[in-house]
Amino acid sequence: MSGVGGGATQSPPLLELRDVGKDYGSVIALDGISTTVRAGEVTCVLGDNGAGKSTLIKILSGVHRPDRGELLLDGRPVAFGAPRDALDAGIATVYQDLAMIPLMAIWRNFFLGAEPTRGWGPFRRFDAATARETTRRALAEMGIDLRDPDQPVGTLSGGERQSVAIARAVHFGARVLILDEPTSALGVKQAGVVLRYVAQARDRGVGVVLITHNPHHAYPVGDRFLLLNRGRSLGSFAKGEVDRDELTRLMAGGAELDQLTHELERPPS
Amino acid sequence: MKPELGALIGAVAVFTFFAVQSEVFRSARGVANWLDPASTLGIMAVAVALLMIGGHFDLSAGVMVGTTALTVGIVAVEFRQNLWVAIAVALVVALAIGFSNGWLVTRTGLPSFIITLGTFLMLQGLNLGLTKLFTSTVTVGGIDDVPGYAAAEWVFASRLSVAGTEFRVAILWWVLFTALATWVLLRTRFGNWVFATGGDEVAARNVGVPARRTTITLFMTTAAAAWFVGVTLAVRLTSVQANTGIGQELIFIVAAVIGGCLLTGGFGSAIGASLGALIFGMTQLGIPYLRWDADWFYFFLGAMLLLAVLTNRLVRRYAEAAHR
Ligand SMILES: Nc1ncnc2c1ncn2[C@@H]1O[C@H](COP(=O)(O)OP(=O)(O)OP(=O)(O)O)[C@@H](O)[C@H]1O
Ligand SMILES: [Mg+2]
Repeated sequence: MSGVGGGATQSPPLLELRDVGKDYGSVIALDGISTTVRAGEVTCVLGDNGAGKSTLIKILSGVHRPDRGELLLDGRPVAFGAPRDALDAGIATVYQDLAMIPLMAIWRNFFLGAEPTRGWGPFRRFDAATARETTRRALAEMGIDLRDPDQPVGTLSGGERQSVAIARAVHFGARVLILDEPTSALGVKQAGVVLRYVAQARDRGVGVVLITHNPHHAYPVGDRFLLLNRGRSLGSFAKGEVDRDELTRLMAGGAELDQLTHELERPPS
Repeated sequence: MKPELGALIGAVAVFTFFAVQSEVFRSARGVANWLDPASTLGIMAVAVALLMIGGHFDLSAGVMVGTTALTVGIVAVEFRQNLWVAIAVALVVALAIGFSNGWLVTRTGLPSFIITLGTFLMLQGLNLGLTKLFTSTVTVGGIDDVPGYAAAEWVFASRLSVAGTEFRVAILWWVLFTALATWVLLRTRFGNWVFATGGDEVAARNVGVPARRTTITLFMTTAAAAWFVGVTLAVRLTSVQANTGIGQELIFIVAAVIGGCLLTGGFGSAIGASLGALIFGMTQLGIPYLRWDADWFYFFLGAMLLLAVLTNRLVRRYAEAAHR
């Protein structure tokens, strides 16, 4: 069950950020960011372009180290030196357009970096039959029906590719699944499909971090909302604490949006 | 969507073209003749194809054949070592060069094209300079007078008699290396990493593929192939010119591209590269068999290359049809 109200969550969260900050040279990309990710919940990170969303997931996924603050996994501080460390800790990341290798078959992509092998010594080989079959089964379990696991990933639609990437992360036992703008390049229908797989992953007990700049995608599936603006936090809210319009207003910088609405209105003729 | 399909059709077409018109070409003796240039080129083309699938070029692959052959000659003849010691030293030299290429490429992030162009020029200078220094000429000779030659000749330069026709052993090595490379590419983790590193290095690294190690290994593999061919030449010819191998690097790339390797990496096959080398060998000998002017050879090769590049482009378009 996903604890929407968040009342019964006494155990430490899967992942917690405490006052995290990161600079690129003199650019302060992030500062003072705190939030939590719990098992079976979706934490949405919302923000405009350049708000620092990608920087935040790079910290979570071990690409960057935070310059300030703490990252806690199961209540204990951790420092990831490389993406591999984060992966080994059960944190899987699906990058917006770097999720898959277009020219490679789906099953090869599915097991990339975690290829099953058989045999030993110099005869140790990639167990292609198992990989193919497991891919087909794992996708079917998530309700993804693909004609042929041998087709190159490049021939899939954007939504299908995101779905395969999500299925992959779930299959490999991800406890935390980070999705960088999985819906931004998709049409309404495909975005809906991807969000459904996000909900599937959540229902299997995965803690999901969903990055987006679209509150309409975030609100229905999210349990917690972290709002970023120019590297600073505008707050981390549980679902009960904000509604969709509030979220939209906060994201666009509140007053700025009102101003814009005003400017764009037709002059009364 | 097999990368080598185009090359297979090409090879059959080229074979038919020459075999119909020339009796020598289709005789066992003729086959042994045109398989010979195909074999040494093929060994290199297979390694270069792996590297290209991994997303890189090695312009120093040709001159490295010369470097290793000269090392064998100089160590064996000038330093009076057993030929096998010389062969081992040459292997160490080759692997060091390959490692340095790979290390520089992965550390700097510069295009391998430019890094290996630097290696190419440096080795070209070293080959000449050191050969002159040690022998006062531009040739190292007398490799067959060195202890260990008989065994080395058996491994690298013997001839096998099949149904009364003599075939060079390099052909056998070529077939073995092609099979081995194919197996590695399609049936091992490393092979999966090669495709991934060449297809999208950042994405590969993000899912935990050791992209840097893969790239360095590929450069060292190319260097090892150059060593094998260099030793083969040194043992066969028993004397080595200081300019050996120069200019061949482009032919290796041509064979790999005819074999279906994309210039952008991430796609190709070892069998394809071998078929590319086969087309090269058949054309190189087929044209004189037809008593045509040898100039036609390069025209023909260029046309094949263009055709291959255009076909490969279609493949890429297809595979990325729905991309984004
Ligand atoms: N590698 C880098 N070097 C220097 N500055 C960077 C780097 N990466 C990001 N930045 C800067 O840090 C800030 C936050 O960038 P980030 O990519 O995290 O934003 P984002 O919220 O993901 O934006 P978008 O919605 O456009 O993807 C921006 O001002 C950006 O220019
Ligand atoms: Mg971003």
